[in-house]
Amino acid sequence: MDEAGIIKKFLFVNRKAPYGSVYALEGLEVVLISAAFDQDVSLAFVDDGVFQLAKGQNPKAIETKNFSPTYRALEGYDIEKLYVERESLQARGLAEEDLLVDVKVVSTAEMSALMDEMDVLISF
Amino acid sequence: MKIGVMVNEGPYQRQSSDSAYLFCKAAIGAGHEIERVFFYHDGVNNATKLTEPPQDDRNVVARWTKLAQDHGVDLVVCVAAALRRGIVEQNLAQGFRISGLGQLVESAIQSDRMVVFGD
Repeated sequence: MDEAGIIKKFLFVNRKAPYGSVYALEGLEVVLISAAFDQDVSLAFVDDGVFQLAKGQNPKAIETKNFSPTYRALEGYDIEKLYVERESLQARGLAEEDLLVDVKVVSTAEMSALMDEMDVLISF
Repeated sequence: MKIGVMVNEGPYQRQSSDSAYLFCKAAIGAGHEIERVFFYHDGVNNATKLTEPPQDDRNVVARWTKLAQDHGVDLVVCVAAALRRGIVEQNLAQGFRISGLGQLVESAIQSDRMVVFGD
């Protein structure tokens, strides 16, 4: 591949609930593919996107696949930088211990600073 | 400047794909290069040749095809998203090709800017 050697800072911003639309699931597919390109990948979870990481998901009743175990597998793909916006968590009655993976909880201001550092921002 | 474009919504329901197309035309007109347009989520519905809008309306699909023909823009439809929505080779409009998500990541790496349209 002729992009060999170029490493960009990617931030995938997850903004939507895991179920109710396809964005979380198809967003995760992009994240997994990006791991094959040896890029500097980070994930952000803001707004209802924080629900994607909530423990104990069981979408059986809506006959939808529970894909939340995949977030636990991200480490195996060397995707370890996960940022969750504190204000989004708090507004939804969630705390860090309600999440199924290790994340860095950051303020809105810290999240904007993070976004500012990135080369590529794609949100789902 | 090399620009990668991502389209995440289908045609007609909302303005995103119109905006993406108009952006591409304007960028090319201003001397920029559209490195690739990648269609994802319901955006894959921009690529079906079965689309038949009323004659007095714009034809979103045909406009993309013309953009590919006139300016050699690479129009890529995500295979997984496409299959989910019934977009396959047999109903693909001219100028589009089906490929993988790697094409999106590659486009972001090779472009100076990545511009995303749609929710």
